[in-house]
Amino acid sequence: MSPPVAEPGALPPDNYLSEGRTLWSWLTTRDHKRIGVMFLMLTLGFFFLGGVFALALRIELLTPGRTIMGHLAYNRSFTLHGVIMVWLFMIPAIPSAFGNFLVPLMIGARDVAFPRLNLASVYLFLLGASVALWGMIQGGADTGWTFYTPYSTTTGTAVLPVLLGVFIIGFSTILTGLNFIATVHLLRAPGLTWMRLPLFVWAIYGTSIIQVLATPVLGMVLLLVALERVVGAGIFDPARGGDPILFQHLFWFYSHPAVYIMVLPSMGVISEAVCAFSRKNAFSYRMIVYSTMGIAFVGFFTWGHHMFTSGESTFGAGAFGVMSMLVAIFTAIKIFSWLGTLYRGSIALEAPLFYVLGFMFFLFSGGMIGVAYATTSLNLHWHDTYSVVAHFHFIMVGATLMAFLAGLHYWFPKMFGRTYPGALANAAAVLVVFGFIATFVPQFLLGNAGMPRRYADYPPRFQSLHVASTAGASLLAFGFLSIAGYLAWSLRHGALAGDNPWGSLGFEWQSQSPPPTRNFDVTPVHATGPHQYAPGEPRHAA
Amino acid sequence: MPHESTAEHWGSEAARAHAAHLGMWLFISTEVLLFAALFTTYGVYRSVYPEVWREAQAHMDVTLGTVNTVVLVTSSVLVALAVHATREGRPGTGGALLGLAALLGVTFLVLKGVEYAGHAREGGLPGEWYRLEALPKPGASLFFSLYYLLTGLHAVHVTLGVGVLTVLAVRAAAGGFSASDHTPLELGGMYWHLVDVIWLFVYPILYLS
Amino acid sequence: MNELLRRLFFLPEQGSTFATRVDALHFAMLLTTLGVGTGLGLTGLVFLVRYRRRASAEPTPHLIAPVWLEAVFVSVPLALFLLWFALGFRQYVWVESPPPDAMDVYVTAKQWMWKFAYPGGPSAIDTLVVPAGRPVRLLITSRDVIHSFFVPDFRFKRDAVPGRYTEIWFEAPRPGRHQVLCAEYCGLDHSQMRGEVVVLSPADFEAWRASRREGVPVAGESMAERGEHVAASQGCLQCHSVTGVPHIGPTWWGLYGRVEPLVGGGKVLADEAYLTESMMDPLAKVVAGYPPVMPSYHGRLSAGDAGALVEFIKSLRPPRPGPPVAEEPVYVPTGR
Repeated sequence: MSPPVAEPGALPPDNYLSEGRTLWSWLTTRDHKRIGVMFLMLTLGFFFLGGVFALALRIELLTPGRTIMGHLAYNRSFTLHGVIMVWLFMIPAIPSAFGNFLVPLMIGARDVAFPRLNLASVYLFLLGASVALWGMIQGGADTGWTFYTPYSTTTGTAVLPVLLGVFIIGFSTILTGLNFIATVHLLRAPGLTWMRLPLFVWAIYGTSIIQVLATPVLGMVLLLVALERVVGAGIFDPARGGDPILFQHLFWFYSHPAVYIMVLPSMGVISEAVCAFSRKNAFSYRMIVYSTMGIAFVGFFTWGHHMFTSGESTFGAGAFGVMSMLVAIFTAIKIFSWLGTLYRGSIALEAPLFYVLGFMFFLFSGGMIGVAYATTSLNLHWHDTYSVVAHFHFIMVGATLMAFLAGLHYWFPKMFGRTYPGALANAAAVLVVFGFIATFVPQFLLGNAGMPRRYADYPPRFQSLHVASTAGASLLAFGFLSIAGYLAWSLRHGALAGDNPWGSLGFEWQSQSPPPTRNFDVTPVHATGPHQYAPGEPRHAA
Repeated sequence: MPHESTAEHWGSEAARAHAAHLGMWLFISTEVLLFAALFTTYGVYRSVYPEVWREAQAHMDVTLGTVNTVVLVTSSVLVALAVHATREGRPGTGGALLGLAALLGVTFLVLKGVEYAGHAREGGLPGEWYRLEALPKPGASLFFSLYYLLTGLHAVHVTLGVGVLTVLAVRAAAGGFSASDHTPLELGGMYWHLVDVIWLFVYPILYLS
Repeated sequence: MNELLRRLFFLPEQGSTFATRVDALHFAMLLTTLGVGTGLGLTGLVFLVRYRRRASAEPTPHLIAPVWLEAVFVSVPLALFLLWFALGFRQYVWVESPPPDAMDVYVTAKQWMWKFAYPGGPSAIDTLVVPAGRPVRLLITSRDVIHSFFVPDFRFKRDAVPGRYTEIWFEAPRPGRHQVLCAEYCGLDHSQMRGEVVVLSPADFEAWRASRREGVPVAGESMAERGEHVAASQGCLQCHSVTGVPHIGPTWWGLYGRVEPLVGGGKVLADEAYLTESMMDPLAKVVAGYPPVMPSYHGRLSAGDAGALVEFIKSLRPPRPGPPVAEEPVYVPTGR
């Protein structure tokens, strides 16, 4: 790309950010990049809010008994922390923010398939979030983000608005997923065959399938719980002949795949970043693609592993256990490919790479704890303890959030045309990785010691580990705040990045940074896949 | 500007229609899974309360249900004919057929309302309002809850569908479609067929078996 | 070694035979994870140092993974995972299958307390007293929302689900005290819903039971006797005979452990779970040949009364010279 003549120290004049500077131009935009940036800002805002609740929880747990809040406030806080982090941050963060921004750029399209639906998805998300937050002002639900019946149908707190909010956000998710599937199917640039697609696009594609197929079931379940509260429908109420366990089956039929909605896109980010920062092609592109689709498929058949202690039939436990082991294999393959990509590469120690390494370590550790749960017998001890809390935070925070930060640092120059202070970013990355270890390794040990989750109060023998975890959480918080600080500063004052500061051969870097509204002046034509740094035929590693 | 680039964005009108169809199919798959959750619930409780449910089923108005099935299938056929007529270059006929199909949709809703009124008189209401003395409460109230959920959710879809068909009929009458350009009509038709097909599953499990 | 690892991983004491079994797998998995994790970390570190970027546009080779290497990285972890699964699942089946001579205790959870009722004797709140060296089967249910009976020292938990019974068993080898926690979030005082399992030596246990019996208001009333009173006062005997004669409902004589044909096909074993279900949800599984007319006793029978009724029904068995073993509840004690 040769940008039009720019003044020194200014961004290329023809970019999507300069297309219109009014708020109205943002609110009515159909540009996938602006929509992606809007999602990014919204999700970061919710991440901050969820983080405030997380810190409040950690402070409460500093001492057994009351520290700063009573039981009810604690129960509401962990519910809001969960609801906000899962539905307002994790699920939309990577697909809706980075996916929207990057998928069309990566496949050489001008926009997503249905730009108007894409904008509708933002508004649905905002509406759902507002309804859920309105519920929070009403006092907030105290059911946990899982809404287990019959507690959720009998408690006196404001469960309805939260259910409704999540229900609406579900539609936003469906629209985004539908859009990406159509986009990837129909709008690929000439020469961009399926097996040349960037791995991030594959990850988003797999995620979208899950979103489209699993979210409606969640919507129906939430509706049933809401009806139970409003008209006493009785579907999950044992007093009317209903079965509370059925709720768990239907809920996890969505919510287990939802875990992959959260983690698959992050794997896509890592696949891109690993290639870019080691200047290598993906070591096993094919295996990553197959395992992505494998996870998207097999992920639908593992939900019962959330219910090993509920009196599930032995056969069911066995079947779900084996399926869960298969999903773990798909993840193992990816870790192997990422490590192989680093081998004999030219590795640049930039901030995104620190997050990539953190990601691999946490995904491996969290994944292996998951494998241990799938043995079924160990699950009987660990289920619903802090070990589970640590496990899914290893995956959600350790993996997804690390990938989110890796992506944010990798694509920040692409999105805003400026770089951030590199040394500061590296320091913050190290701080975040160690803060994370300090927060969640004690929680894993707490689970081993038998500390159940969702406890406002605990036997004093658990205190030392809780203190360690809270200390780690404050490190993490400090790390996040410093990242927010230098990125906000860099939005205006960062050095100009140029079109491709990393020298990356990802397809998204073929356009100008920040890209013009039309993305490309000339539609790119692809003869190879992305990240082909070395010319010539591939060689098998010895 | 987004709309300027739309034509270029898609390359051709055919590609655009293709995308619209793909989007519709994806939407239909989400709808199917939405109902699948209810069908699963139905299957579970039917196997838990086989006896009670058989008796509860005796309280269904099979005549009205069957008439409604015929009504809905007929309207679905009319929509198919409307799409066909438009493809053949007779959008006016297509519009008229669509209007008829929408009317049949309204008929369906009215009959459904009559049925609901009958159940309400009898006391066959969902959840805590269940008053049917003849049947013991636990399993039977579940049957009625699921009956209202399945048919109610379906009725919401019918209502939306009637709206869609009406808009399409008006647009067709105003000459909005031609043999080459009638993608919205096809999409609306697909949606109406979906509504019809869902009913073809709801009807036997609630009224017949 | 066992003790060292246990302390290293912050695991509580091993208070049951299951805990001892399961911890071996526990250690194996954690150590493998640590080992492989360290290996991966070191590999990554070596790559970082060895292949760090020295010039901005260094050439790199175009490498892709050979198929055999991919196969190794798929099959080795898969084999290991499946092996772990096989070991773990064996233990799971073992802890799901109580031995036939297990002592039964009914556990009823409600917000926010535990109630333990013994078939032959008293009931207690929040303290479960059991003899050492004898298998104990817990039949767990809830009065309100879902709870979960969790004893970290025993390495298991089992959900208490309203409207049904779940079961699990354990054997505590030594006398001691073990904390009970609620592991399924159940509302305001979820974190206060604690109890204790007190394991006594068999002799102490008998002494305790005798002393408790004296303290019970109706002295000497066993669970089965209490069930008889409940049956009379709740009107059960208007439809169910205790003599073996079929009436409006099936007779209770010899009912426990019988396999009954069901209306609409299928069979059911009349065990604790089925009998309880039939009280709470009588029309779910109706025995063939009887009208579905029984009302639900959900909310009318306390969990203790329901347990007492089951014990009463269990006591109504023919004096058998050579009882056909197959008519006892079929337990499959695998792995013992």
